[in-house]
Amino acid sequence: MHSFASAVQGAKFDRDELTIWVAKESIREVCAILRDDTGCPFNYLADLTCVDWYPSEPRFEVVYHLLSIPKKERVRLKARLDGSSAAIESVTSVWPSANHYEREVFDLFGVRFTGHPNLKRIMMPDDWEGHPLRKDYPVEGYR
Amino acid sequence: MAQGPVTITESGDRTLVLNMGPQHPSTHGVLRLILEIDGETVVRLKPEIGYLHTGIEKTCEAKFYQQVVPLTDRIDYLCPLTNNLTYCLAVEKLLGLEIPPKAQWMRVLMNELTRINSHLVWLGTHAMDLGAMTVFLYCFREREDILRFFEMVSGQRMMTSYFRIGGLALEPPLGFFDKVKKFADRFPGNVDEYEALLTGNPIFLMRTKGVAKLSAEDAIALGACGPTLRASGVDIDLRRDSPYTGYENFNFKVPVSDGCDVFARYVCRVQELRESIGIVQQALAGMPEGPVKADAPKVVLPDREKMKTQMESLIYHFKIITEGFSVPAGEVYQAVESPRGEMGYYIVSDGTAKPYRVHMRGPSYANLQALAKMCEGYLIADVVAAIGSIDVVLGDIDR
Repeated sequence: MHSFASAVQGAKFDRDELTIWVAKESIREVCAILRDDTGCPFNYLADLTCVDWYPSEPRFEVVYHLLSIPKKERVRLKARLDGSSAAIESVTSVWPSANHYEREVFDLFGVRFTGHPNLKRIMMPDDWEGHPLRKDYPVEGYR
Repeated sequence: MAQGPVTITESGDRTLVLNMGPQHPSTHGVLRLILEIDGETVVRLKPEIGYLHTGIEKTCEAKFYQQVVPLTDRIDYLCPLTNNLTYCLAVEKLLGLEIPPKAQWMRVLMNELTRINSHLVWLGTHAMDLGAMTVFLYCFREREDILRFFEMVSGQRMMTSYFRIGGLALEPPLGFFDKVKKFADRFPGNVDEYEALLTGNPIFLMRTKGVAKLSAEDAIALGACGPTLRASGVDIDLRRDSPYTGYENFNFKVPVSDGCDVFARYVCRVQELRESIGIVQQALAGMPEGPVKADAPKVVLPDREKMKTQMESLIYHFKIITEGFSVPAGEVYQAVESPRGEMGYYIVSDGTAKPYRVHMRGPSYANLQALAKMCEGYLIADVVAAIGSIDVVLGDIDR
């Protein structure tokens, strides 16, 4: 639990939803602790996505929505990443279901997940240039 | 993935790589599966997706909040109203908007009709994949009735956009409730007909029982949701566990089965058909009177009548159409039980009239990850049964 406290950077409770900011270095560890908690195990990864705050820094926020199936509770974790080194540890070892979500974020935002078993594009063709959901990528695409 | 036709595995056995889809009738859209097979047995399965990717999430960022509603129809095209509902609930949560009771009950009613509509398409196509042709015709007979109801309220059979931010687009027309009531009284008998064709059918049982098993642990770890998860013995239904839009006022059972196979998923969905029509009956019996739109002139478009006679309404109308309405900064994740499982919309607002980020968490996208685990060790023909049993909609996966 000690490592959990030092990894938390902030929290808010807004519109009945709990958000916790987690240091990017300890995201996998925090996820594993939450999954294995005996009181309220967050055993289900409901969603994993990313928000691009370009041009401000830290640019990316990776967002994890967790669900506890036994307790019916939800929590949102967020990790901030710099635009220059957008990489974070993969949580596929905690929830195998993170596989496709992380590939999607890699494909559309260009955020790398270290330790991911198969980090390839999933929506766009393999030879596509750029990451479409970044804010500096035009809506109509590059012409 | 190896592109060559033949690869040698570690054990030295020869396996064959077989490409299934994207243009294969049993993949229910443009799903491509790369199968590594040893004789008839599937050794590995990898889904390849993205053929329908249209960048809806990116498009949303360039639209006003109210302009996103028609885009949501096109994501999971078998349950357009559920998409509308999830998006509207998320934006209403950001706005802190209260929805009048009649609009909430209409949302429940239409949402359950959508669930029946979606399950009928699933049942018909799933049975046809497994060789039972007749069921398809029966299911589409009832589906036609439901599409007529959608047309009555919204003017559209499929891309309805009937739920709007702040309520409904229009009052339901005269005679609508009577027609739905007649349908709801008749429908349980129709479900009996489907069951008479399938539930005791020995061919159907052989194709589904003990096929594509998925344990509860695997289902949770791989992110399966909805009927796929409930058929693995996990008791979860967001309508009951975290009620939204007035579901707390309705009595219904959540069908759970621990069969873990294709047949269990079939049983769960057919039971859901019966539960859904029960909810429709309750919604019809208790339908409250009153307005169908929230009293929020800056968000909800005024009636045409008022707009043509009152200066103030005209101004509001003009402002909503030309500059939208600003939504307080913040973020919400709204999850709804769609026919396929948890459909979630994550919306980030920066305080302007356009969403900063809209992310759709599609239930099919989640269930697809469980498909590989389900199929490994089974025959190629069982892959067809497994795809049907998770009820994929590719529009929902690729967005």
